Amino acid sequence: MAKVRGAIVVDVEKCKGCGLCAVACPSSVIALAKEVNGKGYNYAYMANPEACIGCANCAMVCPDSIISVYKVKLEANA
Amino acid sequence: MDVKDIIKEENLVYSKSKVLTDNIMHYCPGCTHGVVHKIIAEVIEEMGIQDKTIAVSPVGCSVLAYNYLDIDWQEAAHGRAPAIATAISRLHPEKYVFTYQGDGDLASIGTAEIMHACNRGENITVIFINNAIYGMTGGQMAPTTLEGMKTATTPYGRRVDLNGYPLKITELIAQLPGTCYVTRQSGHTPAAVRKLKKAITKAFENTGKNKGTSFIEVVSTCNSGWKMPPVKANEWMVENMFPFYPLGDMKDE
Repeated sequence: MAKVRGAIVVDVEKCKGCGLCAVACPSSVIALAKEVNGKGYNYAYMANPEACIGCANCAMVCPDSIISVYKVKLEANA
Repeated sequence: MDVKDIIKEENLVYSKSKVLTDNIMHYCPGCTHGVVHKIIAEVIEEMGIQDKTIAVSPVGCSVLAYNYLDIDWQEAAHGRAPAIATAISRLHPEKYVFTYQGDGDLASIGTAEIMHACNRGENITVIFINNAIYGMTGGQMAPTTLEGMKTATTPYGRRVDLNGYPLKITELIAQLPGTCYVTRQSGHTPAAVRKLKKAITKAFENTGKNKGTSFIEVVSTCNSGWKMPPVKANEWMVENMFPFYPLGDMKDE
């Protein structure tokens, strides 16, 4: 069981669907949605939220700086 | 634990720098310009020099960079950013002055300006985005275009007998005694982004210490100009650009 859990928030309307975050993610959390945003881009979303470790790699490579990363440490016996 | 329990203000570990404005960038999806803008914004925020930084924007895709970074900007004529930066840094020696230039701006029309600014050792930082193509005007051949690379003006690939050799301008600049820090970085992976951030921090610190010109080349992608999807453009850059433009420090004094 992972000791940390993370989550990301993508600003959907600003996402251009380049997919660089999905490649940078070490635990394959991110995928591009089948739906499109107002500009017609397939935006990024958490397809597998349980696996996110909050490493912020996706936010670091995002060219449009639209990803915010949250992270919590889990209790030892949780 | 539910995702809603994780997304709380106190758990925030990474978000957009305050130096970046809320405007949506006009760059194509996956453009390296966005990554470099973000890193510059983070460095400026961490060093606390937002009101002491003056940037000079080039002609090229990043001509509108003043819309995205909340610092003072001056627009220069094509290729003349180092000349403007020279004036600003001499008039305001306490400011952190940097130029942000592409390869068409710096390595082509502005070669004279960058060479002489670096040779004089002006106290500025130069951030040079090298994507081996003229992105804004539609993907024509640049001086830095690789041999055999297809562009709008070299549809059968760049031929050295006709178009000359690709220009390694960073190597030329590293030989000039006025420069104190010359490096080549990239921004395609999280590790590369961290290294680039360190390099930009060092360059700004050099400017603060009045050490001379710091020059950072960022090997970048131009997925529209290269006619590739963003992820494939990054792979192409690793396979083709890095052997010719190897990453690393060339000079650090």
